[in-house]
Amino acid sequence: MLNLIWPIFIIISFSYAIFSGNLQNLNSGIFESVDNAVNLSITMLGTMCLWSGIINIANNTRIIQIINKMLKPIIKFLFPEIKNNKKAQNEISMNMIANILGLGNAATPLGLKAMETLQEENNNKEELSNSMIMLIVLNTASIQIIPTTIIAIRSSLGSENPTSIIFPVWIATICAGIAGITITKLLIKYVNKRERL
Amino acid sequence: MIEFINFVSNLAMPLIIFIIVIYGFIEKKEVFDKFIEGAKDGIKIVINIFPTLIGLFLAIGVLRSSGVIDIVIRLIDPILRLINFPSELMPLAILRPISGSSSIAIATDIMKNFGVDSQIGIMASVIMGATETTLYTIAVYSSSVKIKKTRFVLIAALTADIVGIITSVVVCRFLSQSFS
Repeated sequence: MLNLIWPIFIIISFSYAIFSGNLQNLNSGIFESVDNAVNLSITMLGTMCLWSGIINIANNTRIIQIINKMLKPIIKFLFPEIKNNKKAQNEISMNMIANILGLGNAATPLGLKAMETLQEENNNKEELSNSMIMLIVLNTASIQIIPTTIIAIRSSLGSENPTSIIFPVWIATICAGIAGITITKLLIKYVNKRERL
Repeated sequence: MIEFINFVSNLAMPLIIFIIVIYGFIEKKEVFDKFIEGAKDGIKIVINIFPTLIGLFLAIGVLRSSGVIDIVIRLIDPILRLINFPSELMPLAILRPISGSSSIAIATDIMKNFGVDSQIGIMASVIMGATETTLYTIAVYSSSVKIKKTRFVLIAALTADIVGIITSVVVCRFLSQSFS
């Protein structure tokens, strides 16, 4: 996918910048983006190591089994293919909990750990498996109880009621989640059928 | 209310770490060794996704700084007008799936210009709370396991985004109508 999108983005942007005489902006844009990527990675290195370490402790205790039991019906429905993969189940459960609690910077490391484990039993290592797609869709839908970032921004802008958005966010995020899960399930079914024919 | 929510959000992360460490300690596991072992994996993951981040940020950065995004917004404008989508929110709706930092900047800008507690300001906040930076999430997750063929994940994730954005607008309209 990115082998196609990436060059198109760059080619269009560069040609447009030349035609519209916007080269100076483009120049600073290039260096700014690379800087941003480095800054993000350095921040990420910290949280990634922290949460990978914490999940590794959890994986060795009974707490992960308790969490798993709680989330079992959901995981069974969303990820029918990893029935026998305890490790993947554990990591997906932790990723879900971090997402629900609005801990974005904990959810990503935990989700990426789950991806690694799912890749181990992926039949075609070049392609995303069904479970991987479901995990990614769940993470892009960002189902959460407290949208912390946006509440912080709202109160910094002097809102009279920064938390008034929580209820509408629940409805919107649940609708988005259901839509994402439904279309993923449908596409999995459709693609499987086509492959069998 | 706000104090309580702040308290809960501040509590969440420390509490998780606390509970896990306590459990490990009570069950007499080598807590620190396990932590170090896991943290090492964290480094590997970041190194795996770093090149993707550079590439992705570069593509988004040039798209924005060259002004191409502005043209795309102008092209999509008529379609969104057709479904009665507030045009003030359009740049946000388009950038939200692509770039996290610029969508935060745009949302903040909208809230400043129209008022944090105005209908448009609230809609922008709800959109931010209910959606994620889809393109970035897909790229980071796929590249962490070095997968290039992503099948239908983009379609599925973008559908979720569109539903989330439209629901945000509809819910805010409905709530403000029934309260005024």
